Order: sequence, then C-alpha cells, then structure tokens
Amino acid sequence: METIINAENISYFYDEETKKYVFKDLSLKVEKGSFVAVLGHNGSGKSTLAKHFNAILQPTEGKVYVNSMDTLDEDKLLEIRKDVGMVFQNPDNQIVATIVEDDVAFAPENLGVPHDELVIRVRDALKAVSMENFSDKAPHQLSGGQKQRVAIAGIIAMQPDCIVLDEATAMLDPKGRREVMEVVRRLNREMGITVVFITHYMEEAANADRVVVMDSGKIVLDGSPKEVFTQVETLKSIGLDVPQVTYLSYLLRGTKLELPKDILTASECADAILKLLEEKK
Amino acid sequence: MLSNITIGQYYPGSSPVHKLDPRTKILITVLYIVMLFAAAEVIGLLPGIIFFILSYIISGVPLKMIFRSLKPIIPLIVFTAVLNLFFVGNDVIFEFWIIKITGEGLRFSIFMIVRIIALIAGTSLLTYTTTPIMLTDGLESLLSPLKKLKFPVHELSMMMTIALRFIPTLIEETSKIMSAQKARGADLESGGLLKRAKALIPILIPLFVSAFRRAEELALAMESRCYHGGEGRTRLRELHFKLRDIISLLITALFLASVFVLNSL
Repeated sequence: METIINAENISYFYDEETKKYVFKDLSLKVEKGSFVAVLGHNGSGKSTLAKHFNAILQPTEGKVYVNSMDTLDEDKLLEIRKDVGMVFQNPDNQIVATIVEDDVAFAPENLGVPHDELVIRVRDALKAVSMENFSDKAPHQLSGGQKQRVAIAGIIAMQPDCIVLDEATAMLDPKGRREVMEVVRRLNREMGITVVFITHYMEEAANADRVVVMDSGKIVLDGSPKEVFTQVETLKSIGLDVPQVTYLSYLLRGTKLELPKDILTASECADAILKLLEEKK
Repeated sequence: MLSNITIGQYYPGSSPVHKLDPRTKILITVLYIVMLFAAAEVIGLLPGIIFFILSYIISGVPLKMIFRSLKPIIPLIVFTAVLNLFFVGNDVIFEFWIIKITGEGLRFSIFMIVRIIALIAGTSLLTYTTTPIMLTDGLESLLSPLKKLKFPVHELSMMMTIALRFIPTLIEETSKIMSAQKARGADLESGGLLKRAKALIPILIPLFVSAFRRAEELALAMESRCYHGGEGRTRLRELHFKLRDIISLLITALFLASVFVLNSL
C-alpha cells in the first residue's frame, strides 16, 4: 500500500523557552485510501499532531512527508494543503463566505481553478455531502451538522487525497454527528479519499479501519478497532472509555461467560449471547 | 428569530434593476449623485427626480421602503430647512417678531429638502436591489485599477465579506452572552445612561475575546484551504456587462446631460 502521510520521529513544542514537548520522537504512517481514527484525551497531542499533516505546524525535530513532499518545504505548501484538507471543530469559524456555494468555491478559487470547472466542482462537492439543495442558503440558516458538511464540501472541492477531521463532530448534536460520520464514510468508500478522524468518541472510532490511541504525546495502541477495543484495561487506565457493548461483554466475561473479546456492535453482542444460551441448553 | 436575519436592506426581486451588473448600479448611483449636485436651481433637480421615480417603479420596491430609508434623516432635513429658511436672503416676505422669512430663503430650503430626500432615497435603491455580496464584488472590480497604486483592493473586499459573514454569528453570540449574564444576575435594563453603559462591559469583553478566537481559527481554516491573497484567484461569481448595462448607463448619461441643459437656460 502507498503511504500518503508519513511522520518520521517528529517532536514538537509550542514554547521555545520551556521546551515542554507535546510529543517526542513520534512516528506514524497513514496508508492511501484508509480510514484512520485517532483517539485520545484533551491534551494527548492528537490535534497538534493533526496540524502537522497539512503543514499548519511544522515539527521541531523529525520530518513529515505528505505524498513524499516535506512539510518544511515552503514551495510545496499549497500543494500539500491541496492534497490534505482539514476540517476543524467549530463549524462557524471555518465558513468564509456568506452563501454556501461561494464558501465551497473558496478553496478552488484560491487554487485558480478556471470558472467553468469551478461551477462543476462546487456542484459535485455539494452533491457528495448531500447538500445540493442548500447551495444558495446563508451559513447561519443551517444546523451544525449541515454547516460541518458544507465545510467538508469546501475541502472536497479541492479534490484532495486525504481529509483530516480535527474533532469535527465535537460540537455537534447526535444527529449532526451521525450525518457527518455517514458522509465521511461514504467519501472514504466511494471516492477513495483517505480519512484521518480525530475524535474522543469511541463509537465513531469503531467505524474506522484502524484506530490509533494517543496518551500524553505517545501512541499507546495502534490496530484494527477490534484489536484496540479488546484492550479494555489499557484504555481504562488512560481514562478512555470503550464502546458500551464492548464494555458489557468485558464485564460479562468477568462473570465467567465465554464471550468473544472482539465484540463491537450491539448485534454482535446479542448473537454471541444467544449462541451461548443455546449451547447451555 | 435569528435564522431569518437579513443583512443590509436587500429587497429580493427579479426586476431589471435587480438584474443589472452591480458595477453598473454603483456607477449609475454616482452619476445620479452628480445629477443632484450639478443642479443650480429647483428646476435642475427635475431630471434627477424623474430618473429616481422611474427607477423605483421599474425596481418594484414598495413605496414604504422609501419612507423607511428616509426616517433616520428627518432631523437632518428639518434642521437644514430651518437654517436655510431663516438665515438666507434679504427679500423679506413675512415678518413676525424676530422671525423673518425671505423669498430666497424659502426657495433655497425647498431646494435643499428636495435634494437631500432625492439623494437618500435614490442611493438606498442601490442597497435595496443589490445584495451586500454583489456590492462587495462590484466594488472590488471597480476599484481594481487602484491595485497598481498598491491599494489593497482584494484585502478590503475580503474583509467586507468576512464582516458580512460574521454579523449574524456575532449577533447570536451577543444574545447568548446577554442571557448568560442575566442568568448570573446582571442588570442590563435599569439605571441611567452611565450605569447601563457600565453594565455592557461584561457583555462586550466576552464578545471581544471570542471574536479574537474566532478570527484566529478562521485564519487557520483559510490557510488550510490554500488562501494566499488575491493573486491568481479565480471567481465563482463572474461579473459580465450585458447590453442592458450599457443601455442603462446611456440613459443615465442623457439625464445628466439634461441637468446641464436646464442649468444653462
């Protein structure tokens, strides 16, 4: 598999004087077309790490490569940001224009995309996030989830290889979170866009192909959701929750019920319990 | 309540006036102002007034909108009228105690009133028929020659766009902060002017702090979307002069010419 983001032994600190590292000697590779969830608490360094992926921040030590371009290379800045789009937490603070379609056009306008193609890109991007009926609305007329989908459309219009969502669902209600998650999954599956999903919601991370768990600047766990969420003790020790169903089966296993360790969804859990009951008969 | 805030005073419609290129409308408005100020006598205002009435009829903007635009300047109109009425000219036609009204004063104050009303009512037609975003685009395009003089035209229009974008957001935020402070026992409604102004401080400070935070995040989001100034930018909304723009400009020019003809009579 081709690597799209490659962070090699990177270290970073905000303050030059105190040299308090957010993370030190951290390495992470993201494969093209994958869906990676990065989990972690506030202050675990996950957002700081995300900002390295499109050269908003540059590592104090080590290198970050995006499609083999060094993020320290000033000349490649636009190309890197075109390849890796970023969606932020607050939907209100990332919409620039007063009309939805103008906002979606913002990034390709900056890239100098000719007018005729611009029109097509905006239309397609809005369709990709199912917001085509809102193209002439003002941002303040939309719900949180809709605004966040517009923000995603604004990134898709750049035709990026990868989208980084930095806690993009943190300020949304459950409905908005579902909407955004659905859109992101579809983009990953149908358009082959690589997704890096920064979050602290376990249920969202369970949708990914790969879960990376961070704690105080270190990668603690890295693997498929099943591999990661079965580490209930490790997750609990760094103060993270596991999906409720996984936790339930963990507790049931404690009562000597022979449930499999890798249960992630309610239906899996129900099936396993049913099977167990039938065996007991 | 907040979801249907209208920014500016745009009156939606699809009249020929609405459809004109914003640049044309801005130019016509400038010519219209020249028309009013070039007039030397009451009669010279006639073309301007006819032009204004015709534009209003074509635009389909209701009459009450004109009055709404005039309301805030009523004190100014009265002040100007009184000043001119009593202190201009020598040919007294009416005298009572210390009040003297002259023929010239009367003529001049009518002239001034008509001119101010026509000026305000006419220019507000521009904002009634053009969305703020179109106005911004139009201004940016009209001012673009100034780029050669290093005048930051694109930056200015970007600032205007962002201001327009954030007005509803900040209004919403203000009402939230006010509710929050009221819930903590802040008294915003009673007391004299000074006390009320002081009561605003706990609202303004959080508002400013959050505005700065928003600005920072917005800058980050814009950078992430490859914003690097106005150079090499294309536009989704391109402006094109059409035949109707040329015709309207020609008609306006004719009206302006007629003012000069009337002046020379």
